[in-house]
Amino acid sequence: MTGRAPALTAALTMTLLGVTVALGGCAPTGTARAGDDPERVEDRLVVLAAASLTDVVADLAERATADHPGLRVETTFGSSATLAAQVLAGAPADVLLTASDDTMLTVTDALGGEPVVVATNHLQLAVPAGNPGGVTSLADLADPDLTVALCAPQVPCGAVAADVLARAGVVAAPDTLERDVRAVLTRLTLDEADAGLVYRTDVRAADGAVEGIEVPQAADVATEHPALVVPGAPHPAAAAAFVTLLTGPDGRRAFAAAGFGPP
Amino acid sequence: MSGRTAGRLSSWALVLAAGAGVAVLVLPIVALLLATPWGDLPALVGDPAVLQALRLSLGTATVATTVSLLVGVPLAWVLAHDDLRGVRLLRALVTVPLVLPPVVGGVALLLLLGRRGLLGGTLHAWTGLSVPFTSVAVVLAQVFVSLPFLVLAVEGALRGADRRRALAAQTLGASPGYVLRRVTLPAVAPGVAAGAALCFTRALGEFGATVTFAGSFPGTTRTMPLAVYQAMDTAPEQAVAMSVLLLALSMTVLVALRGRWLGGLPGTGGRPAGRAR
Repeated sequence: MTGRAPALTAALTMTLLGVTVALGGCAPTGTARAGDDPERVEDRLVVLAAASLTDVVADLAERATADHPGLRVETTFGSSATLAAQVLAGAPADVLLTASDDTMLTVTDALGGEPVVVATNHLQLAVPAGNPGGVTSLADLADPDLTVALCAPQVPCGAVAADVLARAGVVAAPDTLERDVRAVLTRLTLDEADAGLVYRTDVRAADGAVEGIEVPQAADVATEHPALVVPGAPHPAAAAAFVTLLTGPDGRRAFAAAGFGPP
Repeated sequence: MSGRTAGRLSSWALVLAAGAGVAVLVLPIVALLLATPWGDLPALVGDPAVLQALRLSLGTATVATTVSLLVGVPLAWVLAHDDLRGVRLLRALVTVPLVLPPVVGGVALLLLLGRRGLLGGTLHAWTGLSVPFTSVAVVLAQVFVSLPFLVLAVEGALRGADRRRALAAQTLGASPGYVLRRVTLPAVAPGVAAGAALCFTRALGEFGATVTFAGSFPGTTRTMPLAVYQAMDTAPEQAVAMSVLLLALSMTVLVALRGRWLGGLPGTGGRPAGRAR
């Protein structure tokens, strides 16, 4: 069953993409006039990135556009698994950034390519501003009286959360299992949940609406964010230039400012 | 170009456009059926997680339909009275959820009944109860999106019914409640049944408002559509199997709608309401 699963996802995604491409096909797409000189990149660059990278990648995409006026960077954010499936289905993507090595492996196993780790991250125990549930430790996630939001175990943030909870010996009592980490964050910013596990960077991105509590077990389970120039990318030169930007000093600064750890 | 050729060309164009319409509606279903792993279907559908989602879906949709009937039939009865003041405005308000994206409905429900919501805030402060992440939230989301279907169907049936019979009963001294129970309702029963069937299928398929307002947890809030969405990432075959199951359920309701015993709805291709018996 697992053998057929990626093929099936690929087929389904392909159908969806076919429609998108047919609709978007009217507009002329950028032509690769850039050559090897990243300074003269004149292209349309499609970047697919995990939900947890939303703000920093959007910032860096803006910076890239400012540096190269001819460049148009189109970003799509979502669950790593969905994005990886889209790439496997042949989506015209140039750069893929995932929230886990495992998801990236499903792509590189099929298409090849050399992913580069651009940042690391780890989970924090997160509570709404003011901590209405009086949450202090991971053990509180087992309290049935508290409303707890976690990522579904099938998505990377959920797998990491399960690992962290197992290390802490806590059997959590979640009230909702969300599809990506930003959905968990939303439950917390809206004060609909008392506690959840989100990435350190998500707490930073919530800008005071959410408080983060460092948990030793979580810091031990670091998440690596790999970036990949998709083999067969429509705009390889611009894609390589963008990954260079991510790993270069500007990228490092942006990732650090957003709360990511160095690779 | 002669007029006849032009006429033939335009009818060809019509047929082609109609064919494109059919293709848009039918081809996705064909693709779904072709992708279905028929051999593994019993095992995939028999999975405890699927059965749990199915039970939750059938249960919540049944409760949502019952609630819709209890409040929707009286509401339709009010809307069918044009002589009452403000009925047109009321009908416009009732129709809003019909044209509103369900996810917007979910946001609105959260703002009303969430822990920080207009009413939910007070509820939480007084009783400590909160609605999101419960099966009650699932039912509320389903009622919000499916009630208008029932109301409009029943209202249509009430308008189609022969008013003179109700008037005759009234003239003979029957109270308004008696007329409604013994004359009007029996006459529009097929319309009510068709409306309830539409309401049930809409509730069964509810996704956007549910995932936004109620969250997603197995057994409490993860209904079939949410389970399909979740499975697409991790077990696409399971997602396809569940989709086929939902398709079969909806088709069953559709066949029942077309059947004589429900009479059908005006506009659904069934027989006109009230002429079934």
